Amino acid sequence: MTGEAFLQNLANGVSLGSLYALIAIGYTMVYGILRLINFAHADLLMVAAYIAFYGILVFSLPWWVSFIIAVVITALLGVSIEKVAYRPLRDAPRISVLISAIGVSFLLENLGIVAIGARPKTFPRPESMVWNIKIGDVSFLSLAIIIPVVTIILLLAVEFLVNKTKIGTAMRAVSRDFETASLMAVDVNKVISTTFVVGSGLAAVGGIMWSLQYPQIDPLMGVFPGLKCFIAAVMGGIGNIKGAMLGGFILGMGEVFLVAFMPDLSGYRDAFAFVILIFILLFKPTGILGEKVVEKV
Amino acid sequence: MRKVLKRKCVALIAVVLIAAMALGGCGSGQNSKEASKETAANSNVIKIGVYEPLTGTNAAGGQMTVEGIELANKLFPEVLGKKVELVVVDNKSEKQEAANAVERLVSKEKVDVIIGSYGSSLSMAGGPIAKEAGVPVVGCSPTNPAVTLDNDYYFRVCFIDPFQGKVMANFAVEKLHAKTAAIIQDVQQDYSVGLSNYFEKSFKELTGNQNAIVAKVNYNTGDKDFSSQLTAVKAKNPDVIFAPGNFLECGILVQKARELGITCPILGGDTWEAEEFLNSVKNTKDIYFSTHFDADHPVTDMSTKFMDEYKKAYPGKQVNAFGALGFDAYILAIDAINRAGSTDHKAIRDALAATKDFKGATGIISLDANGDANKTAIIKKVADGKFVYEGKVDPK
Repeated sequence: MTGEAFLQNLANGVSLGSLYALIAIGYTMVYGILRLINFAHADLLMVAAYIAFYGILVFSLPWWVSFIIAVVITALLGVSIEKVAYRPLRDAPRISVLISAIGVSFLLENLGIVAIGARPKTFPRPESMVWNIKIGDVSFLSLAIIIPVVTIILLLAVEFLVNKTKIGTAMRAVSRDFETASLMAVDVNKVISTTFVVGSGLAAVGGIMWSLQYPQIDPLMGVFPGLKCFIAAVMGGIGNIKGAMLGGFILGMGEVFLVAFMPDLSGYRDAFAFVILIFILLFKPTGILGEKVVEKV
Repeated sequence: MRKVLKRKCVALIAVVLIAAMALGGCGSGQNSKEASKETAANSNVIKIGVYEPLTGTNAAGGQMTVEGIELANKLFPEVLGKKVELVVVDNKSEKQEAANAVERLVSKEKVDVIIGSYGSSLSMAGGPIAKEAGVPVVGCSPTNPAVTLDNDYYFRVCFIDPFQGKVMANFAVEKLHAKTAAIIQDVQQDYSVGLSNYFEKSFKELTGNQNAIVAKVNYNTGDKDFSSQLTAVKAKNPDVIFAPGNFLECGILVQKARELGITCPILGGDTWEAEEFLNSVKNTKDIYFSTHFDADHPVTDMSTKFMDEYKKAYPGKQVNAFGALGFDAYILAIDAINRAGSTDHKAIRDALAATKDFKGATGIISLDANGDANKTAIIKKVADGKFVYEGKVDPK
């Protein structure tokens, strides 16, 4: 491989990996606090993408206004999903909540198909945000820089929120022991709602970034990134925010370089994701940065 | 004690369910064939089943096809003095769903003829079931040769990939003066893999160089990221890229290729003729593909009629090849029922097999021994944000 090709692949890997990481952080955050895999997360990506799409094209709003509106509405939708579909099941076995999450995911996808139709739409890319960068023979989109920067800023913000603020302390308390926390005057409902606001907001940002990178949106667009980023979150150690970031990068880079080094295997990149996952889970069942689970006796 | 009882109940329910499924499975074969004949003879409608992808990755192609079929049904609503009823089933762009859809059409809906599907893989999934039930199928746009091979109940109104691959290889060598080519194929689509192979074979023959294909890389249906495949291709610096595949993936792929600084012409197959593809690649140059039909170059009186009616029925939509092929599949099916003079499935099949010089909207259709149409291919390119006619190639 020549130096240019290597640099080109590096740029490709960074942009894909940070996109995975961005979405994986949302998964891992909700899981870390509630022990719930929010399968509707992937479909919130789609909702955000469509709100941004309609904001720009139908209501002719400036792109950044539509993006902000998309994030706000998606965050509110996330909270309402929690209220309607997860809260009533809080005392039920965990598997029931999981199934409820899958149900919400299917509901959103099919509502999308009924309401907007299954035919994909072309997402408008704001020219002031997306342009081509050429360094020697290496050529990439400005997004290869913007997405990692956004991901890192959001990662730091989430870390700050969880570790340095009062609500963050409450979140950690709820994640450690739900019942005791509520006995200690922690408003559990408020904590969980906040978690969903932040988690869904992250999904919205992820959805918008995804649509900028791959500007074709359809009601099922969340399924593929949802699955990949869930894998990334598990790989990094689900519940661990830095782990999600690491998992996303490993997965993105791994996929890109697999195809780069072994072009014949390029049809198997999804299988590759699962193979790394299986390997990591074999040797480190809680993921790369996952905590050791201590059995309570 | 209760636990044991509960477990027994569950086991019993499971056994009943399995038995029901097994019986249902058997029943759909021979018996339904008899049953369908009876109902067809007694009723005053002729049922034509349609299985097309209305959701999923091929949704746009399926929807365009159904538009054409519905238009034809509106213009020619009767045959043998009976009303024709369309039963449209969504196969969701998935092979398993396509098989289920055909199963449903033959055993539950008891249709007389089936039209479909967009996509060779989907058609290949449905084919054996229709053959087993003895219901003739008219394909609209599945171009892989395997669709009709060994299936004497499957026919189609479009040309096939060995021809299409040759046309594009010819175009690359003679018009674009290409000496080397790279192939990017969707390994999950029989259409894409098949067409790539025919292109490769013809391209090697035409250039006389066994190493003329400098790179061949794969991706999967539904992939969105093609950066590493394209980087690998870019390093080989080919004169042209051949990338037959769904318009969705290819729309992103072509756009990405230009972003990565790949400037050579990019060639594709007939699936590219969709608005979604055009929207993605509008601003790029040197994009060529082969297709079945061009609105500005009508071939028969039926072409003109189709275009006029299409514009009336779907104002604001572009007349497209898939709508025209759906239209042709329907009128060919009606014509065959007419010639058969009955709704006997075998008679309809024989009438279809004997199709000669049938004037359709996409051209003159004569079916060969495999049930494939021998037709002219059109080459189009992307220019000024539109698909523009580039030339045509007649079969030899």
